[in-house]
Amino acid sequence: MTAPASAAAALRALVAMELRLSARRGEGLLVTLVIPAAVLVFFAGSGLLPAGIGGAGGPVHWLLPGAIALAVIASGLVSLGIATGYERANGVLKLLGAAPVSPGVVVLAKLAAVLVVELAQLALLVAVAWLVLDWRPPSGLAPGLVVAGLLLGTLAFAGLGLLIAGTLRAEATLAVSNGLFLGFLMLGGILLPVAHLAAPLDALARILPAAALSEVVRVGFGEPGDPSGALALLAVWGGGAAALAARTFRVE
Amino acid sequence: MTVAPTAGADPSPAIEVEGLVKRYGGRAVVSGVSFSVRRGWIVAILGPNGAGKTTTVEILEGYRRPDAGLVRVLGEEPAGAGHEHRARVGLMLQGGGGVDPRATPREVVRLHAALRRPSPDADALIDRVGLSGVAGTAVRRLSGGERQRLALAVALVGDPELLILDEPTAGMDPAAKRETRALLADLRASGRTITLTTHDVADVAQLADRVLILHNGRIVADGSPTELAASADPATTRETIRLSRPLTDEELAGLDVWLTGHGVERRASTAASGAALEARYLELTGDLDVEGNA
Repeated sequence: MTAPASAAAALRALVAMELRLSARRGEGLLVTLVIPAAVLVFFAGSGLLPAGIGGAGGPVHWLLPGAIALAVIASGLVSLGIATGYERANGVLKLLGAAPVSPGVVVLAKLAAVLVVELAQLALLVAVAWLVLDWRPPSGLAPGLVVAGLLLGTLAFAGLGLLIAGTLRAEATLAVSNGLFLGFLMLGGILLPVAHLAAPLDALARILPAAALSEVVRVGFGEPGDPSGALALLAVWGGGAAALAARTFRVE
Repeated sequence: MTVAPTAGADPSPAIEVEGLVKRYGGRAVVSGVSFSVRRGWIVAILGPNGAGKTTTVEILEGYRRPDAGLVRVLGEEPAGAGHEHRARVGLMLQGGGGVDPRATPREVVRLHAALRRPSPDADALIDRVGLSGVAGTAVRRLSGGERQRLALAVALVGDPELLILDEPTAGMDPAAKRETRALLADLRASGRTITLTTHDVADVAQLADRVLILHNGRIVADGSPTELAASADPATTRETIRLSRPLTDEELAGLDVWLTGHGVERRASTAASGAALEARYLELTGDLDVEGNA
């Protein structure tokens, strides 16, 4: 007979499994890696964006932070949400719930795996921007702010993903997550500044977590501005979504 | 109703259930169920769909809380039990559920092994349930029986004192059923307690020390397989098979010869159509785990 493993050992094993399975989800790789990079490359060279966007550095200086925000949305909301929805449907979470590991460690493992994927996304997007689009780090780069934005954004979008996955059926989770991803892409200040949206969409966009995340990352990448309001909004979304997910999540 | 212990076994019960009640939407699906299972026995819970056996088992597993009554599994209330308790109980979900179809059996068993200390030998467990040949194959490519065996391997991780198995042989071919029953018998011999649900009469006949039959949320029969077979209600060991077409007298006679040769008795063939009696349903008793006919 055996005893429960330490939380650290359980966390390591669960994160490794999450990453291994993430690498096998082709649709997940598409949405987390391919689409943000494709959005960056396509719109940077398309001439579809308003003239002068990104300032002297060109459109890539506007688009790279937006693509990073999109990557966080893809990992936290879409990929995690859909994977968790199907884990629920397959009884994976039910069986883990009976294993000698706390639900908190299981959730922490999922968040840690999302962060690892986000690091890979960040590296890929910066590499693409640097090598393909001649992007160079701006003078006002604030890595601490970028990291804070990524952490709060991960909390907000992973919270939303788990909230959806824990309450809806897997097929509905798939549809709702993808729908929200598209909505956030259009309204999240990722391609176009929120100020360019028609009323009342601009007002709606300003209270969504996607626009807040884009703004924080953009300021972190040297855009002038005060990120405190966006950080606070992200924190509210993160805390609210996580609390609601914890309260409503059903393992089957 | 109490299941007696084997001589020399730990006399404290593995499972105690007293006056268990569970309601869904005001409807009682379990109504005052009481039983006690001592260590080292295999207890089978039978009953038709909707009898309350899954709800009872899920309360034992800790997934649901009872509305009334006392439930103790290895001395603890299962819904609120901690990690130490969960390490002592192995679960097998119905239909081999609980594993990601993109994972491989080796990965699944290694994950569950890594949640325990010392970490059990995952490859040995996979070998024990006969899955070595497909240990690196994605679960979605496994047959239903192989998934069942994988679920059993997960239940066995950490050599738990108590196993709660939901239809452990469902979907397996006859050879795999035999191997699984032998494995469960070995576990009993090593002192493990097993509670299982099943629709398979052969599981009961070959494995169970005690049988609980649930109907409409209540225990309607409790005893050893032999006692139940000898009791007044033959329905407990009877299987009814609906035929896709009526059989002629000649076909029935030929079937009887074959069934008798395999230890199965045809008790009745029912359903009248017009003036002639046609065999549309067969009621069979005996060893219904006949290969190719189970």
